[in-house]
Amino acid sequence: MKQIKYAQAVCEALDEEMARDENIVMIGEDIGFIGGNFKTTVGLMEKYGDLRVKDSPISEQGIVGMGVGMALTGLRPVVELMFSDFLLVAADQVINQMAKIRYMSGGQANVPMTIRCPIGAGRSSAAQHSQSMQALVAQFPGCKVVVPSTAQEVKGLLKTAIRDDDPVILFEHKMEYNKTYEIDDVVEPIPFGKARIAREGKDITIAATSSMVMKSEEAAEKLAKEGIDCEIIDLRTIVPLDKETIIESVKKTGKLIVADEAHERCGIGAEVAAAVADEVFYYLDAPCGRVNNPNVPLPFSPALEFPLIPSADKVYDKVKTYFK
Amino acid sequence: MNVAKYNADQLMSFYETMFKMRRFEEETFEFYKKGMMAGLAHLYMGEEAVATGVCAALKDNDYIGSTHRGHGHLVARGADISKMMAEILGKKTGYSNGKGGSMHIMAMDKGILGANGIVGGEIPIATGAAYTAKYKKTDQVAVSFMGDSATNEGTFHESINMAAAWDLPCVYVIENNLYGISVDIRDVTNTPDLAVRAKAYDIPGVVVDGMDVVAVYEAAEKAVKRARAGKGPTIIECKTYRWQGHHVGDPAEYRQRRSETEKEDWMERCPVKTLKKEMIESGKVTEAEVSALEERIEAEIQEAVKFAADSPYPDAADAFSDVFQEGTL
Repeated sequence: MKQIKYAQAVCEALDEEMARDENIVMIGEDIGFIGGNFKTTVGLMEKYGDLRVKDSPISEQGIVGMGVGMALTGLRPVVELMFSDFLLVAADQVINQMAKIRYMSGGQANVPMTIRCPIGAGRSSAAQHSQSMQALVAQFPGCKVVVPSTAQEVKGLLKTAIRDDDPVILFEHKMEYNKTYEIDDVVEPIPFGKARIAREGKDITIAATSSMVMKSEEAAEKLAKEGIDCEIIDLRTIVPLDKETIIESVKKTGKLIVADEAHERCGIGAEVAAAVADEVFYYLDAPCGRVNNPNVPLPFSPALEFPLIPSADKVYDKVKTYFK
Repeated sequence: MNVAKYNADQLMSFYETMFKMRRFEEETFEFYKKGMMAGLAHLYMGEEAVATGVCAALKDNDYIGSTHRGHGHLVARGADISKMMAEILGKKTGYSNGKGGSMHIMAMDKGILGANGIVGGEIPIATGAAYTAKYKKTDQVAVSFMGDSATNEGTFHESINMAAAWDLPCVYVIENNLYGISVDIRDVTNTPDLAVRAKAYDIPGVVVDGMDVVAVYEAAEKAVKRARAGKGPTIIECKTYRWQGHHVGDPAEYRQRRSETEKEDWMERCPVKTLKKEMIESGKVTEAEVSALEERIEAEIQEAVKFAADSPYPDAADAFSDVFQEGTL
C-alpha cells in the first residue's frame, strides 16, 4: 500500500497505460507543458514527447473530433476536457459522432477513445465550471459513463476505460484531486458494470457516485453510532449500470437513497429508483430518496454555493427521514 | 479542359468513375420516385469531377471524411455499389446493415471514415486520421470533403488551425455548389472565394473549376504530395453545382433568384459530358470504346439495383446490435 493524491492516481493510470501501449495518445488543453490544470498529467509530455501528449488550442469540438478520427484509424486517444461543462462545447462530436459511429456503420468501426473531465462544485467556479454531466451523457446510447470514487477506483477504472474498445466518458471529481488516499501498489483494471459494496449494512441502501461515495461513508459512520446500519454501493459506472447489486441490496434493506452530485431532475437517482421500482417494488418499505444538487445553476458566492452542494450532512439528514 | 498530357487509360479511368457516379445517382433518384426508398438522399449529380479528381490522387490506404452528399465519394474510392444501394434502401445487405442509410454511408475497408449528417462534422474526424498518420509515420493522407456551408461551421476553423499548426497530412476539399439548402453562400459570406481563408492559416488555398476533372486532379495531386511530404494541409475549393435540389424532392426554385437560367448554364458545363467530348476529340479514345465502357458500367449498375431491390430488410431485433461491443447496455 502507498499514500498518493487522487490526481497522482489518475496520472499513474495514464502513465502505466501509455508505457504498455504506444497507440495511446493524449490531447487536451494544458495537459503538456504544465502537466494539466489539475496536475493529472505531470511529467507525461517529458516522458512520452509532445506528439503523444499534445497541448491543444482551445478547440473542444476540434479535439474531441480529432480523437474520434484517431480512434477510427488505430489509436486509442485519451482526450482531456478541462471541465465537464466543456462537453457541451464539444457536444456534436461527443454525442452525434463518437457515440454513434459504431452504430451508424453497422459495426464496421470501433471508437476506442476515452474522454476525461472533472465534475463537481465547491471552488466558487460558478455556473459554467461546476456542473456534473454524468446523467446528461448517460441519456445517449453509445458511450460508457464512468464515475469513480476514490484514488484506487479512479486508477483502476481509467485503465479499463483506456483499454475498452467503445467510447468512454470518465468523470473525475475536482474536489478529490488534492486529497490523499491509500492505494494498492499495483492497481489492476476494474471491470465496468460491477458495482462495489463500499460498506455493508442492513438498514438502508445508499447507491452513490463519485465523491458522494465518500460523503455517504462519512454520514454512515455517524449514523452507525445512532444504530442505523447503512449499506453503501459505489456504482462505479452509470453505463453499464449494475442493477443486480442494487436490487440485491434493496431486497435486504427495503430502503434506497441515491446520492449523486448532478442536478436532481431527470438524473441518475430517478433512473435507479425506476429500475428498483420495476424489479423489486414490493421489497421497498418506503419511497426511494435522492440526494443531489437542487435544480438551480451553481452560484459563485460560497455563501450561496455551499448550502446547495450535496454533503455528508445532507446524506445523513436524508437517511434520518427514514428512521423517525 | 487540358487532356493533352493524359493517356487513354487515365482518361477512361476518370470517365469510368464519373459515369458510374452519375448512373448511380440517377438510379437512386428512381428509387425515390418509385417510393422504394425511405427518407431522403442528397444527390451528387453535377459534382462528379470533384470526388473523381481528388480520389484519383490518393492511394488505397488513404482516408476520406465524407458528407451528407457522400455517394460520389464512395464510388470514387471503389466502394461496392451493390452494398451502397442496399444501404440506401435500408436493406440488411447494406454497408451498415441498414442502420446508416444514405446520409451515414460508410465503407471502412475503403478508408471512408463515414459520411456525416452534421455539416462540418467530418472535418475534425478526418483531421484526427491525419494525426494518426503523422504519429505512426505511415505516409497516409486524409481528405476531408465538405460543402461550401461547412466552411462557416466552427469545426472548419478548429480543425484547419490545428492541421496547419502541426503540419498534419490533410487536404480540405470544399465542394462549393453555391447553396446551403436554400441559402446562397454569396449572401452569407463576404468573400466570393472560400479558399482565401487559407491565408489565415498560412497554408496554400487554391480555387479550381470543379467541373473539370483534370484541373481538380492536378490540384489534388499537388496538395496530396505536399501533405505526404510532411509540409501540412491545403484547402482546395472546387466551384461546382448540384443538378438536383438539396435532396431528392427539393425543386430548388430558390436558385432562380440571381438568374432564371442559372441551373441550365451550369448543366451545359456537365463534367461527365465534357470529359467524354474532350477524350473523343483528342483522338485518344474512340466513341465505340466509350460506349463499350458505358455498357459495362450499366450492367454493374443494373446488377446493383437488382441486388438492393431483392435483398431482405433487417430483422427488427437487429436494431439492438452494434451499439456497443456487447450490443446494448
